[in-house]
Amino acid sequence: MEIFLQLFITGLAWGSVYACIALGFVLIFKATDIFNFAQPELLMLGAYTALTMVAWFNLPFFAGFAISLIVMGAAGAVLEMIVVRPMVGEPVLAIIMVTLGLANILRGMVSLIWGPEELPFPAPFPETPVRIFGAYCSPAELYTIIAAGVLITGFILFFRYSSMGVSMRATAEDTQTAFLMGINVKRVFTASWVIAALVATVGGVFLASFTSYAAPLMSFYGLRALPAIILGGLDSIPGAVVGGLIIGVAENLAGFYLEPYFGSGMNEITAFLIVLIVMMIRPYGLFGSRIIERV
Amino acid sequence: MSVNRYCVRTYKQDRRIFPSPMARLGLGVLGILLISLPFWAGAYWVHVACVCGVAVVTTLGLNLLTGYTGLISLGHAAFMGIGAYTAAVLAIKAGFPFLLALPAAGAMAALAGVVVGIPTLRLKGLYLVITTLAFQFIVEHIIFHWDSVTNADTGLDLPAAALPFITFDSKEKFYYVILVMVVFTAFCAKNLVMSRTGRAFVAIRDRDIAAEIIGIPLARYKLLSFVISAFIAGVAGALYAYLVGHIGPDLYTFEKSIRYVAMIIVGGMASILGSILGACFITLLPVGISEVFGPLASAYPALATRIGAVNVTVYGLVIVLFLLLEPAGLFGIWIRVKRYFTQWPFTY
Repeated sequence: MEIFLQLFITGLAWGSVYACIALGFVLIFKATDIFNFAQPELLMLGAYTALTMVAWFNLPFFAGFAISLIVMGAAGAVLEMIVVRPMVGEPVLAIIMVTLGLANILRGMVSLIWGPEELPFPAPFPETPVRIFGAYCSPAELYTIIAAGVLITGFILFFRYSSMGVSMRATAEDTQTAFLMGINVKRVFTASWVIAALVATVGGVFLASFTSYAAPLMSFYGLRALPAIILGGLDSIPGAVVGGLIIGVAENLAGFYLEPYFGSGMNEITAFLIVLIVMMIRPYGLFGSRIIERV
Repeated sequence: MSVNRYCVRTYKQDRRIFPSPMARLGLGVLGILLISLPFWAGAYWVHVACVCGVAVVTTLGLNLLTGYTGLISLGHAAFMGIGAYTAAVLAIKAGFPFLLALPAAGAMAALAGVVVGIPTLRLKGLYLVITTLAFQFIVEHIIFHWDSVTNADTGLDLPAAALPFITFDSKEKFYYVILVMVVFTAFCAKNLVMSRTGRAFVAIRDRDIAAEIIGIPLARYKLLSFVISAFIAGVAGALYAYLVGHIGPDLYTFEKSIRYVAMIIVGGMASILGSILGACFITLLPVGISEVFGPLASAYPALATRIGAVNVTVYGLVIVLFLLLEPAGLFGIWIRVKRYFTQWPFTY
């Protein structure tokens, strides 16, 4: 039972990171209809920026974290204006490829600047494990879960009450009508990229904290968040969060309990197996809205 | 300027694969160049040409699926992997000759194509993309972890390809096998897209519901597209396995799948010539970078460790710039250049 609880909490921590990535994906997709395959690279870039601030410029962790949030927000806005805005309304494949190309550029730049090897990440959390109902958990994992919880609650409130949040929801509902209603759609597009970059940075910093290193490989973990989005439905924010948590917990449990039967590395593909099954039963995910097509 | 310019007068002329005399002349010259390549190019360039050839075959298959039918696959390297491992295992454990292993590899990949194709009949757009991506990762996992068959990351060593009278024991000899396969695949693909089936594919791409209404059985044609494309990828995978003689899991990763999609984007969607151009371009890109970067790296050793990063960055830039500036790809540029010369001096 302790092992189960321990796996469950580790799963929740991973799930929170996945939820952060998935939230970024869904946000951009809802507002701009662009599926951003570079989201995992934003996560990686966020972790590296924080690493640079803390380890190279010797800033205290939270100051470095705050500055990297600002830097990444700006980076998100610039990427949106240069690369993504000309692609709005293009076919799906073109959009996917432009973000995949962007992902390649970001990954290449990161290994150009920081080198291809893993770098130790200076996490501020204590090392000694905390005991919860007999299970040993690392504090970094607990902080990740809490931070993701706060962040997601914050965003739900933001979308419900702030005027920017409301105009983002309006744009997601119907871009043209929103435009006619006087909403500055361009600003909404930029805002969605900024927010996605911020969420990715938070996810990246916490992921690097509890794995205790930053590496170009982090973008691969980000790809494992894709099943979370599909599971939840591409256009549902609660779906992204629930999907992320389910995937995180499921792959940790599967990694432990199924490994004796199917060999090692089971946790890496559990998420994708879940996606295949969900897609056969519900082609629009668990919370996604069914698209009604006209000819 | 000559006045007897080529002009299409009959329907039969219009249906020719290579319509104008100039196209046929150019093709003849290209053919001679390609056939004589091993005699004037070094072993390295023959190898590069072989790799290009395999990429062209795969890209032709992927363009049938993605460019013509509009079904996006981010799992094409997985189909290649299935083909390659099928050929390798059959050749090593069952002693299959080359001529049998190749279609068997294609058939196995096609079978996988059916398995992926059936659930995807209900999906399209992004959901399909993610499903093929899931397939890609699962195949990668199986290749890596099914020790008893695939030998995990040690990989498998293949015997040299052999036909009853000849053994292709050198790259120069195997080059001709690949050349024949490229020409054959391109010819079949061109014929296919000019046929009823090809038109059905295009109709499905443009509006699948409308296509169904005018009487195209969607399920059958979507599956057919998947099967053909996977078959070609499987054969290409087996060809590549025989070419390099040793296969391992790192040849069939997600990265490679993206590379094939990049090839059709850079070359031009829904175009046979575009597939060929794009495949050659993307394959030659790292070769070109190392040609430029090699001397630089030997002068400044600090740069040598960064060449991989430069490759990734330039490759990403190429994709993004093509999409932003030239969405029709190399094929679009080709058409524009050709039009400039055929219309000269009357530019419009």
